[in-house]
Amino acid sequence: MHVEKNKKLTKEMFVVMGKNADDMELIIRPTLSFWQDAWRRLKKNKAAIIGLIIIVCYGLLAIFAPFLSQYEYSTMDTSAIDASPSLVHWLGCDSTGRDLWVRIWMGARVSLTIGLLSATINMCVGAVIGGLCGFYGGKLDMVMMRIVDILYGIPSLIITILVMVVIGKGVMTLIIAMCIVGWIGTCRFVRGEVYRLKGQDFISAAKILGVPDIVIIVQQIIPNVLGLLVTNLCMAIPGAIFQEAFLSYIGLGISPPNCSWGVLAKEGIKMLRVAPHEVAAPAFFICTTMLALNLLGDGLRDAVDPKLRGTD
Amino acid sequence: MAKYIIKRVIAAIITLFVLITVVFFLVRLMPGEPFTSAKLTEEVALNMEKYYGFDKPLYMQYFQYIENLLHGNFGYSMFYTNKTVNYIIGQGFPFSADVGIRALMLAISFGIVFGILAAKNRGTKIDFFCVIVAILGTSIPDFIMGALLQYFFGIKWGLLPVAKYRGFEYTILPACALAFYTLASVSRIMRASMLEVVQQDYIKTAKAKGLSNFRITVKHQIRNAIMPVITMLGPTVASVLTGTFVIESIFAIPGMGKYYVESVTQNDYSMILGMTVFYGMFLVVCNLIVDILYGIVDPRVRIGGK
Repeated sequence: MHVEKNKKLTKEMFVVMGKNADDMELIIRPTLSFWQDAWRRLKKNKAAIIGLIIIVCYGLLAIFAPFLSQYEYSTMDTSAIDASPSLVHWLGCDSTGRDLWVRIWMGARVSLTIGLLSATINMCVGAVIGGLCGFYGGKLDMVMMRIVDILYGIPSLIITILVMVVIGKGVMTLIIAMCIVGWIGTCRFVRGEVYRLKGQDFISAAKILGVPDIVIIVQQIIPNVLGLLVTNLCMAIPGAIFQEAFLSYIGLGISPPNCSWGVLAKEGIKMLRVAPHEVAAPAFFICTTMLALNLLGDGLRDAVDPKLRGTD
Repeated sequence: MAKYIIKRVIAAIITLFVLITVVFFLVRLMPGEPFTSAKLTEEVALNMEKYYGFDKPLYMQYFQYIENLLHGNFGYSMFYTNKTVNYIIGQGFPFSADVGIRALMLAISFGIVFGILAAKNRGTKIDFFCVIVAILGTSIPDFIMGALLQYFFGIKWGLLPVAKYRGFEYTILPACALAFYTLASVSRIMRASMLEVVQQDYIKTAKAKGLSNFRITVKHQIRNAIMPVITMLGPTVASVLTGTFVIESIFAIPGMGKYYVESVTQNDYSMILGMTVFYGMFLVVCNLIVDILYGIVDPRVRIGGK
């Protein structure tokens, strides 16, 4: 091909192909908020979705199953002592002839409530204290962290047991006892996270622009920590259910005829030789709940962790 | 290093002191009196109170207790009136420690091996298996694990003894039940940490130097990846220890956990106090050892760490 040498390029030789201010600003993909993005990633994770479905089902069953059954959770039927699972009693009966299906879901109400409430309270208290310490630093932080360090060194279950002994059995007392030392983990983790965020440029920029602290906290810090907090919450619920079961098991949690999964497991283990289905039922529901929450927690962690952004 | 150790020791002593104080006053807040049995006449009850020092003001009791503790004396049990708490701890602790140590060894060794295997064979069936074990392990509470093992191995198949603690075959089921949860969490952490280490630059350097695969894995990856497992050891000991409470009651092992749970339901002040302080001391010392160990293994901790 022949190329003309030293040909001068003039303005007239170039044509604008369609420059349009609107087109340049056009965003082709729909904008996704952080939570939409997280949800999109969570949906791809089959295990997490299965976990979510199990939790929702159990929650609904716990609310409605006791109403829909013809049996009462505390009514004893002497003709059905230790009855095996059948069409009449779906999960069989316990050693005093109470229908296990109803008892399981009454227990689920207690166990799930305790798990959810105590984990949420722990998270809120821990997040507020940890957040303040991390954000303001200084003397408050120094003192709080020394206290937290000391409390962290004390085995929490032992303190929980003692508090239960002091304030007595019951659902509310159980939650209080679990909250007295339970916030420490969240507090440490939130403090570290806030401390890290505080050093980042967007916070400095907001400060230089004269944004008040409270607005920085609400608009910048909280949205950045929230994802991790939700994940943490999801991981903390199985822990709380586990603790409730443990405390009920050693006789410090809920007392009969009220029930929780821990109580049912305890009663079932006593009858292990005679009627193994009595331990199988609560064991199955405790384990599947924990499994579901663990799977969901894992999925959430992957979904909200910014490090994984754009890798899938 | 010396400075680091001294700091940790001071922190441990403060923790212990706070623990003892909190537990002492919490126990005194407990509802119910230990000497309310109808059989006791008022005079006897008063004598009993005197015998245990309850007639003195609370702060005097507190200082007395601290002084006794410094001499290693936990006082008398109020339920087994003729036994000291020291005696009961001495009776029960060897059993608890025996189950606990077996479980810990099982959990840590298998946990680390599973973690390494999973990370090395990422995405294969081996990995899948290890992840399943890890998720199951963290989803099954130890008392349920205990009951399941007891039912299948003890009752249904009759392979192993159901309960009591008389020889090696008796220890297998309780140790496994206790170990499973810890095993799962160790293997999870080990796997994550191995996967992270693989991406580090020094692994690339080692590969570039032409080191053998085995050498890289053992000397470079595992050594670095094991750090988070060491940090976890403190809480792990705590969880195994509290796990013994229920495992001992399921398998009828005459350990400390059984006495602890009993004393809680019997309002046995001095026993609860003594055992809690003992457990606390034990755990604080374990944490201290782990901290120091960590400082030795990882130089960054003692130089940079607070």
